[in-house]
Amino acid sequence: MVIHTSVRTGASLPDKPYGQLACEQVDVYYGSFRAVTDVSLAFGINEITALIGPSGCGKSTLLRSLNRMNDLIDGARVEGRVTFMGEDIYGKRVDAIEVRRRIGMVFQKPNPFPKSIFDNIAYGPRVNGIRVDSMSDLVEEALTKAALWDEVKDKLKQSALGLSGGQQQRLCIARTIAVKPDVILMDEPCSALDPIATARIEDLMHDLRREYTIVIVTHNMQQAARVADRTAFFTAQVDEGNGDRTGVLVEYGKTAQIFENPTDRRTEDYISGRFG
Amino acid sequence: MTTQFAGQLEGRPRPFDVVVRLLFRLAAVITIVITVGILLALLLPSIGFFSEVPITDFLFGTRWAPRFADASFGVLPLVTATLWTTFIALVFAVPLGLGAAVLLSEYAHWRVRKVLKPILEVLAGIPTVVYGYFAVQFIQATVLKDWLQLPTGSFSVLAAGFVMGIMIIPTIASISEDALSAVPNALRQGSAALGANRMQTTVRVIFPAAVSGIVAAIILGVSRAVGETMIVALAAGQQARLVANPLEAGQTMTAFIAQAALGDSVVGSLQYDTLFAVGLLLFVITLVVNIISITIVRRVRKAY
Repeated sequence: MVIHTSVRTGASLPDKPYGQLACEQVDVYYGSFRAVTDVSLAFGINEITALIGPSGCGKSTLLRSLNRMNDLIDGARVEGRVTFMGEDIYGKRVDAIEVRRRIGMVFQKPNPFPKSIFDNIAYGPRVNGIRVDSMSDLVEEALTKAALWDEVKDKLKQSALGLSGGQQQRLCIARTIAVKPDVILMDEPCSALDPIATARIEDLMHDLRREYTIVIVTHNMQQAARVADRTAFFTAQVDEGNGDRTGVLVEYGKTAQIFENPTDRRTEDYISGRFG
Repeated sequence: MTTQFAGQLEGRPRPFDVVVRLLFRLAAVITIVITVGILLALLLPSIGFFSEVPITDFLFGTRWAPRFADASFGVLPLVTATLWTTFIALVFAVPLGLGAAVLLSEYAHWRVRKVLKPILEVLAGIPTVVYGYFAVQFIQATVLKDWLQLPTGSFSVLAAGFVMGIMIIPTIASISEDALSAVPNALRQGSAALGANRMQTTVRVIFPAAVSGIVAAIILGVSRAVGETMIVALAAGQQARLVANPLEAGQTMTAFIAQAALGDSVVGSLQYDTLFAVGLLLFVITLVVNIISITIVRRVRKAY
Protein backbone atom coordinates (compact mmCIF):
# COMPACT_ATOMS: atom_id res chain seq x y z
CA MET A 1 0.00 0.00 0.00
CA VAL A 2 2.82 2.29 0.93
CA ILE A 3 3.97 2.31 -2.63
CA HIS A 4 1.17 4.45 -3.94
CA THR A 5 0.84 7.04 -1.25
CA SER A 6 2.86 9.61 -3.10
CA VAL A 7 0.57 9.28 -6.09
CA ARG A 8 -2.72 9.09 -4.31
CA THR A 9 -2.18 11.95 -1.96
CA GLY A 10 -1.63 14.07 -5.00
CA ALA A 11 1.58 15.42 -3.58
CA SER A 12 3.37 15.05 -6.87
CA LEU A 13 0.68 15.45 -9.47
CA PRO A 14 1.70 17.50 -12.49
CA ASP A 15 0.97 21.21 -12.19
CA LYS A 16 -0.39 21.48 -15.70
CA PRO A 17 -3.70 19.88 -16.57
CA TYR A 18 -2.88 16.24 -16.87
CA GLY A 19 -4.92 13.21 -17.68
CA GLN A 20 -4.13 13.21 -21.37
CA LEU A 21 -2.43 9.87 -20.80
CA ALA A 22 -2.81 7.98 -17.56
CA CYS A 23 -2.71 4.53 -16.01
CA GLU A 24 -5.28 3.41 -13.48
CA GLN A 25 -4.39 0.31 -11.49
CA VAL A 26 -2.74 -1.30 -14.48
CA ASP A 27 -1.56 -4.91 -14.37
CA VAL A 28 0.27 -6.34 -17.37
CA TYR A 29 0.43 -10.10 -17.87
CA TYR A 30 2.42 -12.34 -20.16
CA GLY A 31 0.30 -15.46 -20.08
CA SER A 32 -0.11 -16.20 -16.38
CA PHE A 33 2.99 -14.21 -15.41
CA ARG A 34 2.17 -10.78 -14.03
CA ALA A 35 5.00 -8.52 -15.16
CA VAL A 36 3.57 -5.27 -13.82
CA THR A 37 1.26 -4.88 -10.86
CA ASP A 38 -1.15 -2.13 -9.91
CA VAL A 39 0.43 0.92 -11.49
CA SER A 40 -1.41 4.22 -11.37
CA LEU A 41 0.11 7.39 -12.68
CA ALA A 42 -0.72 10.29 -14.95
CA PHE A 43 1.66 11.82 -17.44
CA GLY A 44 1.87 15.59 -17.69
CA ILE A 45 1.07 17.24 -20.98
CA ASN A 46 4.16 18.71 -22.62
CA GLU A 47 6.33 17.20 -19.99
CA ILE A 48 9.00 14.55 -20.15
CA THR A 49 8.36 11.70 -17.77
CA ALA A 50 11.16 9.22 -17.14
CA LEU A 51 10.48 5.66 -16.05
CA ILE A 52 13.50 4.33 -14.21
CA GLY A 53 14.33 1.25 -12.23
CA PRO A 54 16.42 -1.92 -12.26
CA SER A 55 16.18 -4.56 -14.99
CA GLY A 56 13.02 -6.62 -14.81
CA CYS A 57 11.00 -3.94 -13.03
CA GLY A 58 8.49 -3.83 -15.87
CA LYS A 59 9.13 -0.29 -17.06
CA SER A 60 9.46 -1.23 -20.74
CA THR A 61 6.47 -3.53 -20.46
CA LEU A 62 4.42 -0.69 -18.99
CA LEU A 63 5.62 1.66 -21.73
CA ARG A 64 4.54 -0.77 -24.43
CA SER A 65 1.11 -1.06 -22.85
CA LEU A 66 0.62 2.71 -23.26
CA ASN A 67 0.13 2.44 -27.04
CA ARG A 68 -0.92 -1.18 -27.30
CA MET A 69 2.39 -2.39 -28.71
CA ASN A 70 1.92 -5.31 -26.34
CA ASP A 71 -0.88 -6.49 -28.64
CA LEU A 72 1.84 -7.78 -30.97
CA ILE A 73 3.14 -10.16 -28.32
CA ASP A 74 1.36 -13.48 -27.91
CA GLY A 75 -0.24 -13.86 -24.52
CA ALA A 76 0.27 -10.26 -23.40
CA ARG A 77 -2.76 -8.81 -21.59
CA VAL A 78 -3.53 -5.59 -19.74
CA GLU A 79 -5.90 -5.23 -16.82
CA GLY A 80 -6.98 -1.95 -15.32
CA ARG A 81 -7.35 1.15 -17.44
CA VAL A 82 -4.98 3.07 -19.65
CA THR A 83 -6.74 6.28 -20.59
CA PHE A 84 -5.94 8.74 -23.30
CA MET A 85 -8.03 11.93 -23.43
CA GLY A 86 -10.26 10.24 -20.89
CA GLU A 87 -10.94 7.20 -23.05
CA ASP A 88 -9.81 3.66 -22.22
CA ILE A 89 -7.42 2.71 -25.03
CA TYR A 90 -8.24 -0.96 -24.39
CA GLY A 91 -11.96 -0.27 -24.80
CA LYS A 92 -13.97 -2.53 -27.08
CA ARG A 93 -14.54 0.03 -29.82
CA VAL A 94 -11.03 1.42 -29.78
CA ASP A 95 -8.80 0.70 -32.76
CA ALA A 96 -5.24 -0.12 -31.71
CA ILE A 97 -3.96 1.31 -34.97
CA GLU A 98 -5.51 4.71 -34.24
CA VAL A 99 -4.07 4.56 -30.71
CA ARG A 100 -0.58 4.03 -32.12
CA ARG A 101 -0.96 6.89 -34.55
CA ARG A 102 -1.77 9.24 -31.67
CA ILE A 103 0.81 7.71 -29.34
CA GLY A 104 4.01 7.03 -31.25
CA MET A 105 7.02 5.04 -30.18
CA VAL A 106 10.78 5.18 -30.61
CA PHE A 107 12.63 1.97 -29.91
CA GLN A 108 15.81 0.97 -28.13
CA LYS A 109 17.64 0.07 -31.30
CA PRO A 110 17.18 2.41 -34.25
CA ASN A 111 14.92 0.57 -36.69
CA PRO A 112 14.74 2.58 -39.92
CA PHE A 113 13.01 0.80 -42.78
CA PRO A 114 15.26 -0.40 -45.62
CA LYS A 115 14.00 2.50 -47.74
CA SER A 116 15.23 5.96 -48.63
CA ILE A 117 15.38 8.65 -45.96
CA PHE A 118 12.47 10.41 -47.64
CA ASP A 119 10.34 7.26 -47.78
CA ASN A 120 11.05 6.48 -44.14
CA ILE A 121 9.48 9.79 -43.13
CA ALA A 122 6.69 9.66 -45.71
CA TYR A 123 5.71 6.12 -44.73
CA GLY A 124 3.62 7.03 -41.67
CA PRO A 125 1.58 9.79 -43.35
CA ARG A 126 1.05 7.52 -46.36
CA VAL A 127 -0.22 4.49 -44.48
CA ASN A 128 -2.47 6.72 -42.40
CA GLY A 129 -3.91 8.35 -45.50
CA ILE A 130 -2.92 11.79 -44.22
CA ARG A 131 -3.58 14.21 -47.05
CA VAL A 132 -0.91 16.83 -47.47
CA ASP A 133 -0.35 19.41 -50.16
CA SER A 134 3.30 18.63 -50.29
CA MET A 135 4.90 15.53 -48.91
CA SER A 136 8.31 17.18 -49.36
CA ASP A 137 7.30 19.99 -47.00
CA LEU A 138 6.07 17.50 -44.44
CA VAL A 139 9.28 15.49 -44.67
CA GLU A 140 11.37 18.64 -44.31
CA GLU A 141 9.34 19.78 -41.33
CA ALA A 142 9.67 16.43 -39.56
CA LEU A 143 13.41 16.21 -40.24
CA THR A 144 13.91 19.80 -39.10
CA LYS A 145 12.07 19.17 -35.84
CA ALA A 146 14.23 16.11 -35.30
CA ALA A 147 17.37 18.20 -35.91
CA LEU A 148 18.41 16.04 -38.83
CA TRP A 149 17.47 18.16 -41.84
CA ASP A 150 20.82 19.87 -42.33
CA GLU A 151 22.66 16.57 -42.30
CA VAL A 152 20.45 14.73 -44.78
CA LYS A 153 18.82 17.35 -46.99
CA ASP A 154 21.13 16.52 -49.90
CA LYS A 155 20.67 12.77 -49.70
CA LEU A 156 16.98 12.22 -49.12
CA LYS A 157 16.89 9.58 -51.85
CA GLN A 158 19.66 7.56 -50.26
CA SER A 159 19.04 4.56 -48.06
CA ALA A 160 18.37 5.35 -44.43
CA LEU A 161 20.63 2.44 -43.52
CA GLY A 162 23.66 4.47 -44.60
CA LEU A 163 23.18 6.87 -41.68
CA SER A 164 25.08 6.59 -38.41
CA GLY A 165 23.33 5.09 -35.39
CA GLY A 166 22.58 8.49 -33.87
CA GLN A 167 21.26 9.82 -37.17
CA GLN A 168 19.14 6.71 -37.59
CA GLN A 169 17.60 7.24 -34.17
CA ARG A 170 16.82 10.88 -34.99
CA LEU A 171 15.33 9.64 -38.26
CA CYS A 172 13.10 7.30 -36.25
CA ILE A 173 12.04 10.26 -34.11
CA ALA A 174 11.36 12.31 -37.25
CA ARG A 175 9.37 9.41 -38.65
CA THR A 176 7.26 9.38 -35.50
CA ILE A 177 6.75 13.16 -35.59
CA ALA A 178 5.60 12.97 -39.21
CA VAL A 179 2.31 11.31 -38.26
CA LYS A 180 1.67 14.15 -35.80
CA PRO A 181 1.11 12.16 -32.62
CA ASP A 182 0.23 13.70 -29.27
CA VAL A 183 2.52 11.52 -27.23
CA ILE A 184 5.93 10.03 -28.00
CA LEU A 185 7.03 6.97 -26.06
CA MET A 186 10.76 6.27 -26.03
CA ASP A 187 12.12 2.91 -24.96
CA GLU A 188 15.75 3.47 -23.96
CA PRO A 189 16.32 5.50 -27.13
CA CYS A 190 19.98 6.17 -26.41
CA SER A 191 21.17 2.81 -25.12
CA ALA A 192 22.69 1.88 -28.50
CA LEU A 193 24.30 5.30 -29.03
CA ASP A 194 27.59 6.92 -28.11
CA PRO A 195 27.66 9.88 -25.67
CA ILE A 196 27.72 12.55 -28.38
CA ALA A 197 24.73 11.09 -30.21
CA THR A 198 23.03 10.68 -26.84
CA ALA A 199 23.53 14.36 -26.04
CA ARG A 200 21.98 15.33 -29.36
CA ILE A 201 18.91 13.19 -28.70
CA GLU A 202 18.57 14.69 -25.23
CA ASP A 203 18.73 18.23 -26.67
CA LEU A 204 16.14 17.19 -29.18
CA MET A 205 13.85 15.89 -26.45
CA HIS A 206 14.02 19.26 -24.74
CA ASP A 207 12.89 20.96 -27.94
CA LEU A 208 10.17 18.40 -28.65
CA ARG A 209 8.67 18.84 -25.21
CA ARG A 210 7.09 22.10 -26.34
CA GLU A 211 4.79 20.19 -28.67
CA TYR A 212 4.64 16.66 -27.38
CA THR A 213 4.15 14.71 -24.23
CA ILE A 214 7.13 12.39 -23.88
CA VAL A 215 7.52 9.26 -21.80
CA ILE A 216 11.00 7.78 -21.74
CA VAL A 217 12.28 4.54 -20.28
CA THR A 218 15.92 4.79 -19.38
CA HIS A 219 18.53 2.76 -17.57
CA ASN A 220 20.66 5.82 -17.27
CA MET A 221 19.81 7.75 -14.13
CA GLN A 222 21.87 10.76 -15.18
CA GLN A 223 19.82 10.90 -18.32
CA ALA A 224 16.58 10.89 -16.35
CA ALA A 225 17.97 13.64 -14.13
CA ARG A 226 19.01 15.68 -17.16
CA VAL A 227 15.90 15.46 -19.30
CA ALA A 228 12.87 14.54 -17.24
CA ASP A 229 10.40 16.88 -15.58
CA ARG A 230 8.99 14.01 -13.62
CA THR A 231 10.41 10.63 -12.76
CA ALA A 232 8.69 7.40 -11.82
CA PHE A 233 10.78 4.83 -10.02
CA PHE A 234 9.85 1.18 -10.41
CA THR A 235 11.25 -1.91 -8.80
CA ALA A 236 10.76 -5.65 -8.96
CA GLN A 237 8.97 -6.97 -5.94
CA VAL A 238 8.50 -10.58 -4.92
CA ASP A 239 4.85 -11.55 -4.86
CA GLU A 240 4.05 -13.13 -1.50
CA GLY A 241 1.47 -15.40 -3.12
CA ASN A 242 3.49 -17.32 -5.70
CA GLY A 243 7.02 -16.03 -5.33
CA ASP A 244 7.10 -14.48 -8.80
CA ARG A 245 8.80 -11.16 -9.26
CA THR A 246 6.58 -8.40 -10.51
CA GLY A 247 7.15 -4.74 -11.33
CA VAL A 248 5.65 -2.09 -9.07
CA LEU A 249 5.68 1.68 -9.01
CA VAL A 250 7.58 2.82 -5.94
CA GLU A 251 7.57 6.55 -6.21
CA TYR A 252 6.53 9.20 -8.68
CA GLY A 253 7.30 12.86 -8.47
CA LYS A 254 9.22 15.80 -9.79
CA THR A 255 12.63 14.69 -10.92
CA ALA A 256 14.44 16.97 -8.49
CA GLN A 257 12.43 15.59 -5.59
CA ILE A 258 13.00 11.97 -6.64
CA PHE A 259 16.72 12.45 -6.97
CA GLU A 260 17.38 14.82 -4.06
CA ASN A 261 14.74 13.99 -1.56
CA PRO A 262 13.14 10.61 -2.21
CA THR A 263 10.44 9.66 0.24
CA ASP A 264 10.83 5.92 -0.19
CA ARG A 265 13.82 4.07 1.12
CA ARG A 266 14.04 1.87 -1.99
CA THR A 267 14.21 4.89 -4.25
CA GLU A 268 16.97 6.33 -2.16
CA ASP A 269 18.92 3.06 -2.26
CA TYR A 270 18.62 2.86 -6.02
CA ILE A 271 19.46 6.49 -6.68
CA SER A 272 22.49 6.34 -4.47
CA GLY A 273 23.63 3.17 -6.19
CA ARG A 274 23.12 0.72 -3.36
CA PHE A 275 21.30 -1.72 -5.62
CA GLY A 276 20.16 -2.18 -9.18
CA MET B 1 62.76 -16.29 -17.31
CA THR B 2 61.92 -15.85 -20.96
CA THR B 3 63.63 -18.98 -22.16
CA GLN B 4 61.75 -21.02 -19.65
CA PHE B 5 58.50 -20.41 -21.53
CA ALA B 6 59.87 -20.45 -25.05
CA GLY B 7 58.10 -22.87 -27.36
CA GLN B 8 54.90 -22.94 -25.35
CA LEU B 9 52.94 -21.35 -28.16
CA GLU B 10 54.26 -23.57 -30.93
CA GLY B 11 51.73 -25.56 -32.90
CA ARG B 12 51.29 -29.25 -32.35
CA PRO B 13 50.50 -31.58 -35.25
CA ARG B 14 46.75 -32.15 -35.58
CA PRO B 15 46.32 -35.13 -37.93
CA PHE B 16 42.54 -35.15 -37.61
CA ASP B 17 42.32 -31.55 -38.89
CA VAL B 18 44.44 -32.47 -41.90
CA VAL B 19 42.22 -35.43 -42.81
CA VAL B 20 39.02 -33.41 -42.43
CA ARG B 21 40.40 -30.59 -44.55
CA LEU B 22 41.33 -33.10 -47.27
CA LEU B 23 37.85 -34.62 -47.20
CA PHE B 24 36.16 -31.25 -47.58
CA ARG B 25 38.49 -30.30 -50.39
CA LEU B 26 37.73 -33.61 -52.11
CA ALA B 27 34.00 -32.98 -51.84
CA ALA B 28 34.37 -29.54 -53.40
CA VAL B 29 36.56 -30.84 -56.24
CA ILE B 30 34.21 -33.72 -57.05
CA THR B 31 31.26 -31.32 -57.31
CA ILE B 32 33.12 -29.09 -59.73
CA VAL B 33 34.42 -32.01 -61.79
CA ILE B 34 30.90 -33.41 -62.19
CA THR B 35 29.52 -30.03 -63.27
CA VAL B 36 32.26 -29.57 -65.82
CA GLY B 37 31.75 -33.15 -66.99
CA ILE B 38 28.05 -32.58 -67.62
CA LEU B 39 28.82 -29.41 -69.49
CA LEU B 40 31.34 -31.22 -71.69
CA ALA B 41 28.95 -34.11 -72.29
CA LEU B 42 26.43 -31.56 -73.55
CA LEU B 43 28.90 -29.48 -75.53
CA LEU B 44 30.81 -32.15 -77.47
CA PRO B 45 27.83 -33.86 -79.19
CA SER B 46 26.29 -30.42 -79.77
CA ILE B 47 29.35 -29.38 -81.73
CA GLY B 48 28.74 -32.34 -84.01
CA PHE B 49 25.11 -31.33 -84.36
CA PHE B 50 25.79 -27.71 -85.20
CA SER B 51 28.40 -28.64 -87.79
CA GLU B 52 25.56 -30.23 -89.79
CA VAL B 53 22.61 -28.01 -88.86
CA PRO B 54 23.14 -24.23 -89.00
CA ILE B 55 22.50 -22.68 -85.61
CA THR B 56 20.01 -20.17 -87.05
CA ASP B 57 17.92 -23.00 -88.54
CA PHE B 58 17.91 -24.60 -85.12
CA LEU B 59 17.02 -21.50 -83.12
CA PHE B 60 14.51 -19.88 -85.47
CA GLY B 61 13.07 -22.79 -87.44
CA THR B 62 9.41 -23.46 -86.78
CA ARG B 63 9.27 -27.14 -87.73
CA TRP B 64 10.66 -29.81 -85.47
CA ALA B 65 10.88 -33.16 -87.23
CA PRO B 66 14.30 -34.68 -86.57
CA ARG B 67 13.21 -38.21 -87.43
CA PHE B 68 11.42 -37.69 -90.69
CA ALA B 69 12.91 -38.28 -94.10
CA ASP B 70 12.84 -34.56 -94.82
CA ALA B 71 14.28 -33.79 -91.40
CA SER B 72 13.85 -30.33 -89.95
CA PHE B 73 15.49 -29.03 -86.83
CA GLY B 74 13.64 -25.85 -85.89
CA VAL B 75 13.46 -25.91 -82.10
CA LEU B 76 10.81 -23.19 -81.69
CA PRO B 77 7.88 -25.64 -81.30
CA LEU B 78 9.61 -27.19 -78.29
CA VAL B 79 10.45 -23.75 -76.90
CA THR B 80 6.86 -22.49 -77.21
CA ALA B 81 5.55 -25.55 -75.35
CA THR B 82 8.11 -25.03 -72.58
CA LEU B 83 7.29 -21.32 -72.34
CA TRP B 84 3.55 -22.02 -72.16
CA THR B 85 3.78 -24.68 -69.46
CA THR B 86 6.22 -22.61 -67.42
CA PHE B 87 4.16 -19.44 -67.77
CA ILE B 88 0.95 -21.20 -66.78
CA ALA B 89 2.67 -22.85 -63.84
CA LEU B 90 3.90 -19.47 -62.60
CA VAL B 91 0.51 -17.82 -63.04
CA PHE B 92 -0.87 -20.27 -60.52
CA ALA B 93 2.13 -20.87 -58.31
CA VAL B 94 3.41 -17.33 -57.68
CA PRO B 95 0.23 -15.80 -56.19
CA LEU B 96 -0.66 -18.96 -54.26
CA GLY B 97 2.88 -19.59 -53.08
CA LEU B 98 3.44 -16.01 -51.95
CA GLY B 99 -0.01 -15.88 -50.39
CA ALA B 100 0.73 -19.01 -48.39
CA ALA B 101 4.12 -17.58 -47.38
CA VAL B 102 2.58 -14.32 -46.16
CA LEU B 103 -0.10 -16.17 -44.25
CA LEU B 104 2.43 -18.41 -42.53
CA SER B 105 4.94 -15.68 -41.79
CA GLU B 106 2.78 -12.64 -40.98
CA TYR B 107 -0.67 -13.81 -39.98
CA ALA B 108 -0.68 -17.39 -38.68
CA HIS B 109 -0.14 -18.14 -35.02
CA TRP B 110 3.19 -19.87 -34.51
CA ARG B 111 1.42 -23.09 -33.54
CA VAL B 112 -0.48 -23.09 -36.84
CA ARG B 113 2.73 -22.42 -38.73
CA LYS B 114 4.45 -25.30 -37.00
CA VAL B 115 1.80 -27.68 -38.30
CA LEU B 116 1.14 -26.16 -41.73
CA LYS B 117 4.67 -25.65 -42.99
CA PRO B 118 5.73 -29.32 -42.88
CA ILE B 119 2.44 -30.32 -44.53
CA LEU B 120 3.11 -27.85 -47.31
CA GLU B 121 6.57 -29.25 -47.77
CA VAL B 122 5.18 -32.78 -48.11
CA LEU B 123 3.66 -31.60 -51.41
CA ALA B 124 7.22 -31.20 -52.66
CA GLY B 125 7.91 -34.85 -51.92
CA ILE B 126 5.21 -36.30 -54.19
CA PRO B 127 6.84 -38.03 -57.19
CA THR B 128 6.23 -36.02 -60.35
CA VAL B 129 4.90 -39.07 -62.19
CA VAL B 130 1.97 -39.00 -59.77
CA TYR B 131 1.41 -35.33 -60.60
CA GLY B 132 1.60 -36.28 -64.28
CA TYR B 133 -1.18 -38.82 -63.97
CA PHE B 134 -3.22 -36.42 -61.92
CA ALA B 135 -2.82 -33.87 -64.71
CA VAL B 136 -3.75 -36.16 -67.59
CA GLN B 137 -6.48 -38.21 -65.93
CA PHE B 138 -8.18 -35.71 -63.67
CA ILE B 139 -7.37 -32.15 -64.74
CA GLN B 140 -7.36 -32.76 -68.48
CA ALA B 141 -9.92 -35.55 -68.91
CA THR B 142 -12.34 -34.74 -66.11
CA VAL B 143 -12.04 -31.05 -65.26
CA LEU B 144 -11.21 -29.42 -68.57
CA LYS B 145 -13.13 -31.74 -70.90
CA ASP B 146 -16.06 -33.15 -68.89
CA TRP B 147 -16.83 -30.39 -66.41
CA LEU B 148 -15.79 -27.28 -68.26
CA GLN B 149 -16.55 -28.70 -71.72
CA LEU B 150 -13.50 -26.97 -73.16
CA PRO B 151 -12.50 -27.74 -76.77
CA THR B 152 -9.35 -29.71 -76.05
CA GLY B 153 -7.92 -33.11 -76.89
CA SER B 154 -6.36 -35.73 -74.67
CA PHE B 155 -3.47 -33.47 -73.76
CA SER B 156 -2.95 -29.77 -73.20
CA VAL B 157 -0.22 -27.45 -72.00
CA LEU B 158 -2.85 -25.91 -69.69
CA ALA B 159 -3.36 -29.10 -67.69
CA ALA B 160 0.38 -29.77 -67.57
CA GLY B 161 1.20 -26.16 -66.61
CA PHE B 162 -1.50 -26.00 -63.93
CA VAL B 163 -0.37 -29.19 -62.22
CA MET B 164 3.25 -28.11 -62.53
CA GLY B 165 2.16 -24.93 -60.76
CA ILE B 166 0.77 -26.99 -57.90
CA MET B 167 4.03 -28.88 -57.79
CA ILE B 168 6.16 -25.74 -57.36
CA ILE B 169 3.88 -23.99 -54.83
CA PRO B 170 5.71 -25.53 -51.86
CA THR B 171 9.07 -24.48 -53.29
CA ILE B 172 7.96 -20.88 -53.67
CA ALA B 173 5.98 -20.78 -50.43
CA SER B 174 8.62 -22.37 -48.26
CA ILE B 175 11.58 -20.29 -49.44
CA SER B 176 9.56 -17.06 -49.46
CA GLU B 177 8.35 -17.82 -45.96
CA ASP B 178 11.94 -18.21 -44.81
CA ALA B 179 12.78 -14.85 -46.41
CA LEU B 180 9.80 -13.09 -44.81
CA SER B 181 10.43 -14.61 -41.39
CA ALA B 182 14.04 -13.51 -41.54
CA VAL B 183 13.00 -9.84 -41.62
CA PRO B 184 13.66 -8.49 -38.12
CA ASN B 185 10.66 -7.95 -35.86
CA ALA B 186 11.94 -4.46 -35.14
CA LEU B 187 10.68 -3.42 -38.57
CA ARG B 188 7.21 -4.83 -37.89
CA GLN B 189 7.09 -3.02 -34.56
CA GLY B 190 8.38 0.20 -36.07
CA SER B 191 5.70 0.07 -38.73
CA ALA B 192 2.95 -0.75 -36.23
CA ALA B 193 4.05 2.12 -33.99
CA LEU B 194 3.36 4.51 -36.87
CA GLY B 195 -0.21 3.34 -37.16
CA ALA B 196 0.22 0.91 -40.04
CA ASN B 197 -2.01 -2.14 -40.14
CA ARG B 198 -0.70 -5.61 -40.80
CA MET B 199 -1.36 -5.59 -44.53
CA GLN B 200 0.41 -2.25 -44.98
CA THR B 201 3.33 -3.47 -42.93
CA THR B 202 3.55 -6.66 -44.96
CA VAL B 203 3.23 -5.09 -48.39
CA ARG B 204 5.26 -1.92 -47.85
CA VAL B 205 7.94 -2.93 -45.37
CA ILE B 206 8.33 -6.69 -45.01
CA PHE B 207 7.92 -7.62 -48.66
CA PRO B 208 10.48 -5.11 -49.99
CA ALA B 209 12.88 -6.12 -47.25
CA ALA B 210 12.55 -9.79 -48.19
CA VAL B 211 12.53 -9.25 -51.94
CA SER B 212 15.82 -10.96 -52.69
CA GLY B 213 14.70 -14.16 -51.02
CA ILE B 214 11.31 -13.98 -52.70
CA VAL B 215 12.85 -13.50 -56.14
CA ALA B 216 15.18 -16.41 -55.43
CA ALA B 217 12.15 -18.53 -54.55
CA ILE B 218 10.39 -17.64 -57.77
CA ILE B 219 13.52 -18.30 -59.83
CA LEU B 220 13.90 -21.69 -58.25
CA GLY B 221 10.28 -22.30 -59.18
CA VAL B 222 10.99 -21.24 -62.77
CA SER B 223 14.00 -23.51 -62.95
CA ARG B 224 11.99 -26.44 -61.68
CA ALA B 225 9.18 -25.71 -64.14
CA VAL B 226 11.53 -25.37 -67.11
CA GLY B 227 13.33 -28.58 -66.18
CA GLU B 228 10.27 -30.62 -65.17
CA THR B 229 9.86 -33.63 -67.44
CA MET B 230 7.39 -36.24 -66.22
CA ILE B 231 4.33 -34.02 -65.90
CA VAL B 232 4.73 -32.45 -69.33
CA ALA B 233 5.64 -35.73 -70.99
CA LEU B 234 2.43 -37.28 -69.67
CA ALA B 235 -0.02 -34.38 -69.84
CA ALA B 236 1.15 -31.98 -72.53
CA GLY B 237 1.45 -34.54 -75.29
CA GLN B 238 4.25 -35.63 -77.59
CA GLN B 239 3.51 -33.69 -80.73
CA ALA B 240 6.16 -31.10 -81.46
CA ARG B 241 4.36 -28.16 -82.96
CA LEU B 242 4.04 -24.45 -82.32
CA VAL B 243 1.64 -23.91 -79.44
CA ALA B 244 -0.65 -20.94 -79.98
CA ASN B 245 -3.21 -21.45 -77.22
CA PRO B 246 -3.06 -23.26 -73.89
CA LEU B 247 -5.70 -25.83 -74.77
CA GLU B 248 -3.44 -27.30 -77.44
CA ALA B 249 -1.06 -30.16 -76.91
CA GLY B 250 2.64 -29.57 -77.34
CA GLN B 251 5.99 -31.19 -76.71
CA THR B 252 8.36 -29.36 -74.39
CA MET B 253 12.13 -29.52 -74.65
CA THR B 254 12.35 -31.86 -71.68
CA ALA B 255 9.58 -34.09 -73.02
CA PHE B 256 11.43 -34.38 -76.31
CA ILE B 257 14.66 -35.31 -74.56
CA ALA B 258 12.87 -37.99 -72.56
CA GLN B 259 11.23 -39.38 -75.68
CA ALA B 260 14.41 -39.31 -77.76
CA ALA B 261 16.55 -40.79 -75.01
CA LEU B 262 14.21 -43.76 -74.80
CA GLY B 263 14.22 -44.16 -78.57
CA ASP B 264 16.50 -46.18 -80.80
CA SER B 265 18.74 -43.49 -82.28
CA VAL B 266 22.16 -44.75 -83.23
CA VAL B 267 24.82 -43.30 -80.97
CA GLY B 268 26.70 -40.60 -82.85
CA SER B 269 23.99 -40.11 -85.46
CA LEU B 270 22.47 -36.73 -86.12
CA GLN B 271 19.19 -37.78 -84.43
CA TYR B 272 21.18 -38.76 -81.39
CA ASP B 273 23.02 -35.44 -81.33
CA THR B 274 19.77 -33.41 -81.39
CA LEU B 275 19.22 -34.60 -77.86
CA PHE B 276 22.29 -32.78 -76.69
CA ALA B 277 21.63 -29.66 -78.69
CA VAL B 278 18.21 -29.33 -77.02
CA GLY B 279 19.79 -30.15 -73.67
CA LEU B 280 22.36 -27.44 -74.18
CA LEU B 281 19.67 -24.91 -75.08
CA LEU B 282 17.76 -25.85 -71.91
CA PHE B 283 20.94 -25.33 -69.92
CA VAL B 284 21.56 -21.93 -71.49
CA ILE B 285 17.96 -20.80 -70.87
CA THR B 286 18.17 -21.74 -67.19
CA LEU B 287 21.52 -20.01 -66.93
CA VAL B 288 20.16 -16.81 -68.50
CA VAL B 289 17.14 -16.86 -66.18
CA ASN B 290 19.47 -17.17 -63.23
CA ILE B 291 21.74 -14.36 -64.37
CA ILE B 292 18.79 -12.05 -64.98
CA SER B 293 17.37 -12.80 -61.57
CA ILE B 294 20.66 -12.22 -59.82
CA THR B 295 20.91 -8.86 -61.57
CA ILE B 296 17.37 -7.94 -60.53
CA VAL B 297 18.01 -8.95 -56.96
CA ARG B 298 21.22 -6.90 -56.83
CA ARG B 299 19.37 -3.86 -58.09
CA VAL B 300 16.32 -3.98 -55.84
CA ARG B 301 17.93 -5.58 -52.84
CA LYS B 302 17.56 -3.66 -49.60
CA ALA B 303 19.52 -5.14 -46.79
CA TYR B 304 18.12 -4.67 -43.32
